[in-house]
Amino acid sequence: MPYSLSRILAVGAGGIVGSIARFGLSLLWNPVTAQGFPWGTLACNLAGCLLLGYTASAVGARLPAAVQLGITAGLIGTFTTLSTFSLEMVQLLQAGHAGTAAAYAALSGIGGLALARLGEALGGYEK
Amino acid sequence: MMTLSKLLLVAAGGFVGATARYLLSTFVSTRFPTMLPYGTLTINAIGSFLIGIVAGHAAPESVRLIIAVGFMGAFTTFSTFNLESVRLARRKAWAHFAAYIALTYILGILFAFIGLYYV
Repeated sequence: MPYSLSRILAVGAGGIVGSIARFGLSLLWNPVTAQGFPWGTLACNLAGCLLLGYTASAVGARLPAAVQLGITAGLIGTFTTLSTFSLEMVQLLQAGHAGTAAAYAALSGIGGLALARLGEALGGYEK
Repeated sequence: MMTLSKLLLVAAGGFVGATARYLLSTFVSTRFPTMLPYGTLTINAIGSFLIGIVAGHAAPESVRLIIAVGFMGAFTTFSTFNLESVRLARRKAWAHFAAYIALTYILGILFAFIGLYYV
């Protein structure tokens, strides 16, 4: 029952918490101008990859499906963002900060994969 | 603007964005069950395009908070994309792994650019 109301509401509730947490971190750590290094977005994205990898392998089918979806697709999926990352990349490149853009892309790209895998391992993923 | 109203705008956008992503990705993955996660890919490309449009139109603070920070931020996802990539690597589906990562980043940045400067 992928379209049950309880699952949809659980994802939406997770979305509220995840978006406010991301907004908070972006206010704390993102630069005021579009040309600085977006530490806030990077922190959300990397932490989210670790958390999602961990939750997906540790929690498994132990929680009710709606609760699990609320945490994974809702909270963690919302906490991380690709649209803000893409926009920040364009703004950095447009401002001529190619080195900063390259560092941001490399940290996000390699870090995201590594931390998602690490999260799985910490969560006890078994082949 | 009051901090509370800012939080409410972000939360409202986050609720709708997360729900829309869940419904769309579930629909795409059940309707088109393929190895490449087209649902997430489509969502991330569309969301990047729309955030570019909002950024390019000097939108008021309230619109930016509900649409860009709330809705688009929640609609698109970085964590699911990376977990799906790790799973492709585990199945040794290297062509899909490389294509998925390249398409996500190239389409995301390209669409944000088009939205920002050409819409």
